Amino acid sequence: MKAVAEIGEIADHYDLVIVGAGPAGLSAASRAGEHGLSVLLVDENPAPGGQIYRSITTTPVSDRTVLGEDYWRGSAIVARFERSAASYAARCTVWSIAPEDSDLPGAAFEIGLSLDGHARLIMAGQVILATGAQERPFPIPGWTLPGVMTAGAAQIALKSSAIVPKGRIVIAGCGPLLYLLAGQLAAAGAEIVAVLDTTPRRNWSAALGALPGFLRSPYLAKGLRLMAKARRNLRFIGGVTNLTAEGTGRVSSVRVERGNATQSIACDTLLLHHGVIPSVNLSNAAGCLHDFDETQHGWVPQLDDWFASSVPGIAIAGDGAGIGGAESAALRGEIAALDAARRLGRITIPERDAQAAPIRAQLERSLRGRRFLDLLYKPAMQFLAPPVDETIICRCEEVTAGQVRDAAKRLGVTGPNQMKAFLRCGMGPCQGRLCGPTVVELIAQARGTTPAEVGYYRLRPPVKPVTLAELASLPPSEAAVKAVVR
Amino acid sequence: MSSKINQTEPDVVVIGGGVVGGAIALGLSRSGASVTILDEGDVAFRASRGNFALVWVQSKGFGMPEYAKWSRRSADAWHGLATILSEETGIDVAHSQPGGFMLCLSEQELGKRVDAMRRLHNQETMTDFPYEVLDHAETKRRLPDIGKEVVGSLYSPLDGHVNSLKLFRALREATIRRGVDYRPNHAVETITPRDGGFRISGPWGELGAGKIVLAAGLGNARLAPRVGLHAPVKPSKGQIIVTEKTAPFLDNPMVTIRQTDEGGVMIGDSQEDRGFDTIVGQPVLSVMADRAVRMFPRLAGLNVVRTWSALRVMSPDGFPIYEQSQSCPGAFVVTCHSGVTLAANHVLTLAPAILSGVLPNAVASFSARRFHVPAHV
Amino acid sequence: MFRPMSELRLASDGKAEHDATRAPRLSFSFDGRPLTGRDGDTVAATLLANGIDACRETPVSGAPRGPYCMMGVCFECLVVIDGVGNRQGCMVPLREGMAIETQHGRRQPEETQA
Repeated sequence: MKAVAEIGEIADHYDLVIVGAGPAGLSAASRAGEHGLSVLLVDENPAPGGQIYRSITTTPVSDRTVLGEDYWRGSAIVARFERSAASYAARCTVWSIAPEDSDLPGAAFEIGLSLDGHARLIMAGQVILATGAQERPFPIPGWTLPGVMTAGAAQIALKSSAIVPKGRIVIAGCGPLLYLLAGQLAAAGAEIVAVLDTTPRRNWSAALGALPGFLRSPYLAKGLRLMAKARRNLRFIGGVTNLTAEGTGRVSSVRVERGNATQSIACDTLLLHHGVIPSVNLSNAAGCLHDFDETQHGWVPQLDDWFASSVPGIAIAGDGAGIGGAESAALRGEIAALDAARRLGRITIPERDAQAAPIRAQLERSLRGRRFLDLLYKPAMQFLAPPVDETIICRCEEVTAGQVRDAAKRLGVTGPNQMKAFLRCGMGPCQGRLCGPTVVELIAQARGTTPAEVGYYRLRPPVKPVTLAELASLPPSEAAVKAVVR
Repeated sequence: MSSKINQTEPDVVVIGGGVVGGAIALGLSRSGASVTILDEGDVAFRASRGNFALVWVQSKGFGMPEYAKWSRRSADAWHGLATILSEETGIDVAHSQPGGFMLCLSEQELGKRVDAMRRLHNQETMTDFPYEVLDHAETKRRLPDIGKEVVGSLYSPLDGHVNSLKLFRALREATIRRGVDYRPNHAVETITPRDGGFRISGPWGELGAGKIVLAAGLGNARLAPRVGLHAPVKPSKGQIIVTEKTAPFLDNPMVTIRQTDEGGVMIGDSQEDRGFDTIVGQPVLSVMADRAVRMFPRLAGLNVVRTWSALRVMSPDGFPIYEQSQSCPGAFVVTCHSGVTLAANHVLTLAPAILSGVLPNAVASFSARRFHVPAHV
Repeated sequence: MFRPMSELRLASDGKAEHDATRAPRLSFSFDGRPLTGRDGDTVAATLLANGIDACRETPVSGAPRGPYCMMGVCFECLVVIDGVGNRQGCMVPLREGMAIETQHGRRQPEETQA
């Protein structure tokens, strides 16, 4: 692996540019390197690992039992990548991917990069997006108060800095990661006063059909162990139907509703988690088509068996291809890399297929049981489309659920793009990442339709911050000057 | 066939729910008409979502002095429109008329601008359109933040701007409060003149009306011939950069840079003939960013939060088309690329005239008949 | 507000230490207050470890906000770093001598070079 320290060290052209250094991106880079492709792996974080293996090479946490063996599996993935010939640009963002209209052979895409405040445009023959997932928005009244964070945020702080929230912690939501985090924080000595479980009871009947798959899955033993441990040691409150974060200036308590019963639990930190959803901003801005996946209840890119998107030459691996977990992410990365090698003419179709066959078998195993989890932990409607009008749903522009509902019902706003024009939701610096799913859900509910019908934001570059000076520093074209200076 | 529709027919159907259609519908409704707006859905070529929000006068009207007058009249009437919108909806659309600048980054550019302005004002019927040519020092005195590469500017006190997204919403809010029936996802396929009125249909069904107004932007090109009108409009792509919110530094609008009331800085005014392509292109963005930073060096470090490209609705000579069909009276076309500047005229002058059935003399020049002049050989 | 995880161990000199405090310390300031942080942490993590959980006021209502996602998605941890506003604290590694300030509302312009 060749580490890139400055943007000037990046070459003008690579066979393959991979975005994201989590399990999918690392595995794709390793595999592509083995086939002789010139590879650039770009990641915005200071060290490889993505979120699941965050800070795997730098974590100060020395007791291996705190983060668990699943975390440390990431070491081998990074080690393999470090042995590869790929270039690696850490702290580097990709802010645009556009088709390159020149006739240069092997230059299908133009990639906009930014590192240390300097922008560059480079060419790529193939692109693999391995940008992973983000936590699903969890809009409740008061979720913007300091002291309310995502469960993932606390996990990142633990992995990369060996710190835990001080004082009383309440963890709320549902899903495997919630129980994992509760266990990790407890092992790290954090004071968890309650775990508020929002799993809707009726999800069990929906999930039951998928139970046989789950029973044969690797999740089962692991999940049961996690759950049992968490339940044994922590105060679990199930059947939670509504949550409100309360406090002045920062969170001081959480109001918990369980049907008709209400109680207030004092806390210093409230951690929220309702599962993860694919990060779609870059793939959306690159023009890849997405569908609404009912089971995962989120937008997922349209992909073929090789994780190729609707834009020829762009593949999407890892959780960005649909949530599958760390193990499947790495396997998807391998498969996408094999197809990139095939598209670049480095291997034949039979070679690709032969090499992919055992990986596919593993992938299938690793995804077994996923459907059960998706169905069981689908958040209840009141957490997807908040019923309290005052709930802020766009944190950047401070747009409320009531405003969105009103515009959808009364002003005839049928989709998120028109909503954006009317209310500014999605126009702030996060570019809709924290409001998009909720806006879609609220419109669907208000208009009696489905998220799939409502559609999603149409996003444009830059998908990561880039300054005007950086944009200005890039080469103009004669036609562009003519279009502006008239 | 549903010749009997179980709802009463509106007096007027406006096809298109953007700033132009919304303004016409508001004006019609204020004049007492019952109105239905048929609009497309969430994803459509919506110039109303991508415009630059200027209420601009200074450089307009070369080749048609009536357009300069029409623009100025709307700029004057805009104060009244802002008040109406505020009273009817409570929405402040942030209208102001502090005067606009055109900053120039080379003597050549300035010379070209000054020449264009002279030619504009040399037209016989152009009178009393104040403007000034300013050198660097005077521009700097009025706009202390300009960079040293700005050689000079043109200034006119007639220019202003609004928050065009608030305008877009206020028009919807006002029309809905007045009982206008707004129907999204109602793309129009055909219009048929019938019994002195019109039948309008699409995948959603059919609707009848005594009068119709085509305010469908680029869609007018296809719809106009169905009712004996002509609207040869074509797309002209414009790209816009929007920065993060920053402290107020610029009250005055410019053709290429303005700060919104929310604090973001808009940078725009590219023009490309790229058909219906709305892809955002880095080279154009880079040129726009470069010029913006040279005009205002303090912008250099601002983060870009959005870029946008939209399609202007351009007639062959760039001027509006306002016309009533001769073969199908009661059918009107209203199309222009300056729907924000002209919004006041559309609400206050054009819509009442449409309802009365006779377009005013002030818009006689905007008939599409001007495109029927035999071509010179 | 965060604190070191509870794991305590003895350093070679016999003193007790945490995982979170073993690395070299860097000096920085927050709103003029001198503080220290762990070399290797991001600005956002450093602020949390120093008991600071509100790092900005929104440009819309002025409400206080603090780090929410810690992974570059939410843009809630915006701070002024060495005079440059609206920087994502969770994406910027702490450096010796950094001057970090609360981001009060809209971004203010930096001093531009003449």
